[in-house]
Amino acid sequence: MNFDDTPHEAAFRAEARAWIDANAPKHLLPHLEKAGFGGIELGGLDPMKEAKAWQKKKYDAGWACLHWPKEYGGRGASPIERVIWNQEEGPYGALSGSFIIGHGMCGPTVMDWGPEEAKRELLPRLAAGEDIWCQLFSEPAGGSDLAGLRTKAERDGDGWVINGQKIWTSGAHYSQWGILITRTDPDVLKHKGLTMFFLRMDTPGVRIVPIKQANGQSGFNEVYFDNVRLPDSQRLGGVGEGWKVSLTTLMNERLSIGSGMSAGFPDIFEFCKELELADGTLAINDRGVRSKLAEWACRQSGLKYTGMRAISALSRGENPGPENSIGKLVAGSSLQEIAMFALDLQGQSGAISDPKLAAMTAKFQAQLLRSPATRVEGGTDEILRNIIGERVLGLPDDMRADKGIAFNKIPTA
Amino acid sequence: MDFEFSAEQQQLKEQARRYLADKCPTTAVRAILEGSEPFDRALWQGLGEMGFLGAAIPEEYGGLGLGYLELCVIAEELGRALAPVPVSSSIFLVAEILKAAGSEEQKQRWLPRLASGEVIGTLASVEATGSVRPSNVALSAKGGTLTGAKSPVLDGDIADIAIVLARHAPGKDAQGLSLYLVDLNQSGIERTVLDTIDPSRSQAKIAFKDAAAELVGAAGEGWRLYEEALDRAAILTGFEQIGGADKALEMGRDYALQRFAFGRAIGSFQAIKHMLADMYVSATLARSNGYFGAYALSTGSADLAEAAATMRVSSTKAFQHCAKNNIQVHGGMGFTWAMDCHLFYRRSNLLAVSLGGLNEWEDKLIDRLRAKNAA
Repeated sequence: MNFDDTPHEAAFRAEARAWIDANAPKHLLPHLEKAGFGGIELGGLDPMKEAKAWQKKKYDAGWACLHWPKEYGGRGASPIERVIWNQEEGPYGALSGSFIIGHGMCGPTVMDWGPEEAKRELLPRLAAGEDIWCQLFSEPAGGSDLAGLRTKAERDGDGWVINGQKIWTSGAHYSQWGILITRTDPDVLKHKGLTMFFLRMDTPGVRIVPIKQANGQSGFNEVYFDNVRLPDSQRLGGVGEGWKVSLTTLMNERLSIGSGMSAGFPDIFEFCKELELADGTLAINDRGVRSKLAEWACRQSGLKYTGMRAISALSRGENPGPENSIGKLVAGSSLQEIAMFALDLQGQSGAISDPKLAAMTAKFQAQLLRSPATRVEGGTDEILRNIIGERVLGLPDDMRADKGIAFNKIPTA
Repeated sequence: MDFEFSAEQQQLKEQARRYLADKCPTTAVRAILEGSEPFDRALWQGLGEMGFLGAAIPEEYGGLGLGYLELCVIAEELGRALAPVPVSSSIFLVAEILKAAGSEEQKQRWLPRLASGEVIGTLASVEATGSVRPSNVALSAKGGTLTGAKSPVLDGDIADIAIVLARHAPGKDAQGLSLYLVDLNQSGIERTVLDTIDPSRSQAKIAFKDAAAELVGAAGEGWRLYEEALDRAAILTGFEQIGGADKALEMGRDYALQRFAFGRAIGSFQAIKHMLADMYVSATLARSNGYFGAYALSTGSADLAEAAATMRVSSTKAFQHCAKNNIQVHGGMGFTWAMDCHLFYRRSNLLAVSLGGLNEWEDKLIDRLRAKNAA
């Protein structure tokens, strides 16, 4: 039981640290350390330009996509080396937000299922930050029930014609490429009739419409497909194998979204140290406040040490256990509870969302309005509880009305 | 990084689990709960012979001379088995206080007998309803004798010796408090067994009338030694709680797989499935916090006090959460005397208050985070 690196890990850490120290964009550090909800703000500089520059620099020196094989632009590093890199990169990692989906999910899917020629051409560009990728999965009729998707791909000579609509596509508006799951056969069981593709986002017939979110920002999009033609060489995996292919993506998604999430304790703790209550005591000295703070502190540290258990497993060359699946489930609801509690403590001023006027530059107000999405994106709280119940605890599947029925015979609203 | 128990420690844990599965099935816990015996004497003797009691007691004092990590894995298995024996009082508290503050003579005299189980020790601190604080400790120490009463004292009816938090100087402050070691088998002691929520661990009121006592540690150091002892015991007891939480979760899971209603295993209904998933989340957070507690305890880290409070809050909640929802998963059957669910429910709520309630530990946690933050 210790937190020490092995000699090999220590050497790797020293090398990473030295390179970051010599090459990182230090002028951005004050902004990156303040990064919170709603993207990064770099004092007037273009975040995308700065992100791409940092990514290219890492790529040129062999520090991009550490877990990918070298021939596709990675470093061929071990999982524990990737963790060490992330620790050392620290706040500079916040620059890589737009690449997470491409590097974490799309890239690995293309690597496992794509044609060799495309892999050699596209993956290094993705690793270098020259291209950004998005993931075209969710649909108006298929979110948690992803396999209920309706976007059709039909044979057309040597190629395919796509018609339909995707939704909640993060970053589609600045992506060059996407991976797309479609229905190629509605006459078979819903999981059996799916096929995956990859495509350029400027392919004729693709229309991207940003969604104005409940918090007023726009990170997600609707993407419409109107007779979009794709060659068969842009297929990922076999026809009808789309579900299997998508599982590669989703497994990677849960790993990258859930790891290292903060439950939001440090902010509320800071806030309660300063705020005076009606009876003149500081909030942090109030028994009721303390009880809530203690709960969130335990969740925060519990997630931190759960992550360290997973890292230890990697360090020993083992796969992390299922305990890692709790990260987003715990963090999402904590962030929301904390935001609501902070506003409550602020009294009537809690309604103010102007960063110039509200406490802690309106961090809790932004968190209040953003956190509902955390509990939904990348697997809702309910889907995550199902996963824990079924895959970790071994409980039976839910009762379902679509079992053993061809997709086009499944009841719809 | 190796944030995990070693292969040897996990083997020891397996060994303890097998031993307890054999010697301490829930029928043995129930026998203590229902019968007139205050604890399982055969199991207690066996734990001593196996070396489990003396795992973290140095070899020169009759223990195995292993470390805290070994004691943590043993504690987890004791918690899982709901072992009806006074390990927490005798080992986690009394042996630990003697290790930390006892004179050489006291260590030589008592540690070997605590390690073997020949002697049972307990800590007597509570005098009033509510948290123990310097202002409500009145039991007085004068001229090497104690007079006053402590209640409740966990395992107070069966203990041979007690370490008593007593006031040697008048007043209400912590500086007037010291720890005393008392042989409970003397004429100045009167014990009354108490009815409690968990009769599988007995408790007593102990009245002291001019009872002979000797100092443990320096005079005036009592409160500090007491608080430090609670921190170490909170981590060890936390492992008992983690073990109990895991077992309660497994019972609920197993029942949800086997019980059919509306033509299906009830574990296929999301209301049940998600309740069990939330129990898993609590148990996992507590275990991870527990790992840090074990690390801090074994290394004597500067974070020990924070780690202890974090683990205490986390593992108390996890065991209570898992034990109460285990009954809920079992439905009406869960509320029968015949099912074992109530054994876990009782123990979870006993352990939740045995070192001071959640509200006290939440306060400690916030105070400690604040102190660290200010440093």
